[in-house]
Amino acid sequence: MNQMPAEEHVWQWMTEVYDPEIPVLNVVELGIVRKVSVNASSIDITITPTYSGCPAMRTIEEDIKEILAEKGISDFNILTTLSPPWTTDWMTDEARAKLQAEGIAPPQKGSADKGLLMGRVRDVKCPRCGSHETYMISQFGSTACKSLYKCSSCLEPFDYFKCI
Amino acid sequence: MDKLKFDYILRLADDALIIGQRLSEWCGHGPVLEEDIALSNTSLDYIGQATNLYKQAAAIESAGRDEDAIAFMREESEYRNLLMLELPNGDYAFTTARQFLYSAFMHLYLEKLSNVQDEFLSGYAAKSIKEVRYHLQHASDWVRRMGDGTEESHKRIQDAIKQIWSYTGEMFLMDETDRNAIAAGYGVDKATLAGEWKSMVSEVLKEATLEIPADGWSHTGGRSGKHTEHMGFLLAELQYLQRAYPGAKW
Repeated sequence: MNQMPAEEHVWQWMTEVYDPEIPVLNVVELGIVRKVSVNASSIDITITPTYSGCPAMRTIEEDIKEILAEKGISDFNILTTLSPPWTTDWMTDEARAKLQAEGIAPPQKGSADKGLLMGRVRDVKCPRCGSHETYMISQFGSTACKSLYKCSSCLEPFDYFKCI
Repeated sequence: MDKLKFDYILRLADDALIIGQRLSEWCGHGPVLEEDIALSNTSLDYIGQATNLYKQAAAIESAGRDEDAIAFMREESEYRNLLMLELPNGDYAFTTARQFLYSAFMHLYLEKLSNVQDEFLSGYAAKSIKEVRYHLQHASDWVRRMGDGTEESHKRIQDAIKQIWSYTGEMFLMDETDRNAIAAGYGVDKATLAGEWKSMVSEVLKEATLEIPADGWSHTGGRSGKHTEHMGFLLAELQYLQRAYPGAKW
């Protein structure tokens, strides 16, 4: 029987799986992979959805299976958990910088709050020109996790990664 | 099996599935592209929540039915959703008014549910409330915009609020399942949420220059499987593929 890999190796492998809807980010820096357990003869990988109905989850699962198969692992379980609920606060600074470079305004930190209910306007910086003169066109954008904004300075529309 | 917990989760699942199905009907028919996308996204949130809930119900039942079998292969009288959620979409004002009144309730309900002594239910609630928060904000914005808009938009949203108002009482109804669930540690006393809900929605309605309808008699029956005449048509569309091609795989 093959020797089982170390957990840090499995984590490393997971960084090769990219989110199909935001292909600049891998599922580790997004915080989708929650736990890796290497057991005597199998590996358990626990993932959590960003949104309950995130259509990318199936693809992500398939991609994880593919990577594990490539690494010669045949005995594994992919488990799904809902709690603790995924939050944009788990996103690393590096991941935020990558989003920005991709033209997607990163989520603000620690702002998954109730202020939203009161219709408070967010200060979202244009990822292209850096202007703060931006406004929301639609709360719901190209994917469940994004809103659509427009910059009044450079006139470019852009995605804003919503805080949850 | 734990029949009480199964029944309790099934109600939540059916609510999510039926409103998700209704909202999905807007896909390709929204008044503007952004709203088309917004409603499709909202629908997706509900279908996702329904999937999580049905999976758990299937696990509790352990009778060999999976989440799809429970969602798609039941008869009308076996569905336990609120009547207001199965009503046809009507115009955009009607869809918005329903979304507003229902999301406001769900926000309060999920807040309570996220604190109950059940790992699955509290986890589901903590996850879903983040989504409902966006639904509520989106619907509130549109209630204000239509109410405080043109004469036509004001009239339409006012009519819609009046029409749905007589279905809202069912959201707060407590029956045996609800009371037993409280005793079991995972129920929520929905009757106590009515006051807060009323003040929450009244605030937005006032800002929208809309009249708050008088409370009165409410339609009920969904929780015991007695549906409106619209439910059969909804299910015909929802279940078509699974009925025509049982066990179909993508």
